[in-house]
Amino acid sequence: MGFTLTYLSLIVLVPLAAAFIKTSGMTWDAFVEAVASPRVMASYRVSFGISLLAGLVNAFFGLIVAWVLVRYPFPGKRIVDAIVDLPFALPTAVAGIALTAIYARNGWAGFLEPLWGGVVAPDGHVVHNGFVQYLGSIFPGVNWGEWLGLKIAFDRPGIFIALTFIGLPFVVRTLQPVLEELEPEFEEASATLGATRWQTMHKVIFPQLLPALITGFTLSFARALGEYGSVVFIAGNQPLHSEITPLLIITKLEQYDYQGATAIAVVLLVTSFTLLLLINLLQNWTRRHQRA
Amino acid sequence: MSIIARNIKKTFGTYTALSGVDLNVPDGKLVALLGPSGSGKTTLLRIIAGLEFPDEGSGRIEFHGEDVTNVAAGKRGVGFVFQHYALFRHMTVAENVAFGLTVRKRKDRPSKSEIADRVNKLLKLVQLEALGKRYPTQLSGGQRQRIALARALAVEPKVLLLDEPFGALDAKVRKELRRWLRQFQDEIGITTVFVTHDQEEALEIADEVIVMNNAKIEQVGTPQAVYDHPATPFVYSFLGNVNRLQLPWRGFSSGDAPVPYTDETNKIAFVRPHELEVLRHRAGLDGEVASVRSIHSAGSIARITVLRGASEYIDVELSRQQLDELDLAEGDSILLRVRRSRLFSEDYEI
Repeated sequence: MGFTLTYLSLIVLVPLAAAFIKTSGMTWDAFVEAVASPRVMASYRVSFGISLLAGLVNAFFGLIVAWVLVRYPFPGKRIVDAIVDLPFALPTAVAGIALTAIYARNGWAGFLEPLWGGVVAPDGHVVHNGFVQYLGSIFPGVNWGEWLGLKIAFDRPGIFIALTFIGLPFVVRTLQPVLEELEPEFEEASATLGATRWQTMHKVIFPQLLPALITGFTLSFARALGEYGSVVFIAGNQPLHSEITPLLIITKLEQYDYQGATAIAVVLLVTSFTLLLLINLLQNWTRRHQRA
Repeated sequence: MSIIARNIKKTFGTYTALSGVDLNVPDGKLVALLGPSGSGKTTLLRIIAGLEFPDEGSGRIEFHGEDVTNVAAGKRGVGFVFQHYALFRHMTVAENVAFGLTVRKRKDRPSKSEIADRVNKLLKLVQLEALGKRYPTQLSGGQRQRIALARALAVEPKVLLLDEPFGALDAKVRKELRRWLRQFQDEIGITTVFVTHDQEEALEIADEVIVMNNAKIEQVGTPQAVYDHPATPFVYSFLGNVNRLQLPWRGFSSGDAPVPYTDETNKIAFVRPHELEVLRHRAGLDGEVASVRSIHSAGSIARITVLRGASEYIDVELSRQQLDELDLAEGDSILLRVRRSRLFSEDYEI
């Protein structure tokens, strides 16, 4: 207990406290000006929104990846298992550059771009087509190009791809041990009691995985919130549209506005902490049966 | 509900788990599938349950004359209790027991109050009515076992199947629970098959014991019959201790009937430790001479190990009274006589 607290203080709490102290030197008005300007507000929406989305998508596909890795034997399984960890090991800037190279218009996956958003005509006029136009035809009145981005690299979809990439291992690695423990006996018991495959999935397996799934989601979400290196390369960083909050912090630092930077950092910190706390409470609730 | 299995074959890759097994479980009986690990007993149980299927083109399972070979587990009407119980940890005990009823299609599903009634009755049946609101992690091993049983019985199965039902319990609870299971089965009269590697367990509670080894059934019979008249050397060795005596053997059984195998040197005599008689060495008495190597007299019966010839160790069981009368000490020379034995040729494999 003593050791844990000391260690945690040295490594985590002291640096964080420094951010608060630095910020406390600001006047209230200056603080509000720094953390609530339209450009910063827009970056919160981008950062939290896309991180949340990436976390959810990772939770879903991470579950499938973990399931297959645990339950099915296939050739090259160990290699695939190792590949899952790559986003952990890769310097994030490398990931960002690699993803950008692939998804940029002249990259391998550049052909996706017209299918997703639209193309820019030689006169600079944007021609909507593809998915964004399709959504617009079903739900008119929403500026889908603004929400989803027209391009893939250098736009919001790029941010989403980068954040999904770096978050996946968290979900897979938290679920794997739980899945390994979840013996087929549970499914068989459910089957002998007359449950269908679907009932077994959602009444027996899913509830037992839920706590680990939430942990994985939380880790992936938190990682996405703080991610900087890979995103800046692929985001395009258009003010009010595809700037993430960590980027704004760096921008302020580069302008020697240290107080402004720490102010945003404090907001990011408090919000993340609140969210993580809420998720933890949720998780406790799903684990209520494990308390003896 | 009787169970009949015909010519069940099952292979996993190159490994043969069952090589053409026939099985007949009479209605209302408690039957033990007994064998060492890897003998195929659990596979057979799982095939009866519909959790595994026999190899293509082989085998047929009938429940009460009805072919269920290709029927899925959930539709066979079996209650299956898993070795580690497989209770759903995120559900309370009552929810676990109710599970088989709550997953039914709406038109077959009893109302909520009917389900609650049924759960209560079942919990009472397994003598755990106070524990409905607990979670499985809050129960002892023996309690979990009984909850697993109640859950399996909730769907009113025609057949109850138990995989190593007492394997995960400590010795004392195991004894209590197996006696309880025997009584329980007598009361509700459901056809029950259980798998075990513990011969004592099988012999104590089963109506009929099916001894399995190497993917085959070695012998079927009442506990008395398989213990007293083992059909194969394997059954002899598996059901209790046995001495394998080198022939020839001089001497006579206590009834003065001549021992019949004195010169059949290509055979081996199987003799249980209590089927040997120990006498003080005296002139004029027939028997094999041996010397006492060790005496273990803690317990209700005494076990002594004697050495015959250069390297043949033989275990003998005596009552404490006999041991006292003989007044043996280590190193004493004694005469051994055989009361009962059975001969098998030397080239068998266990």
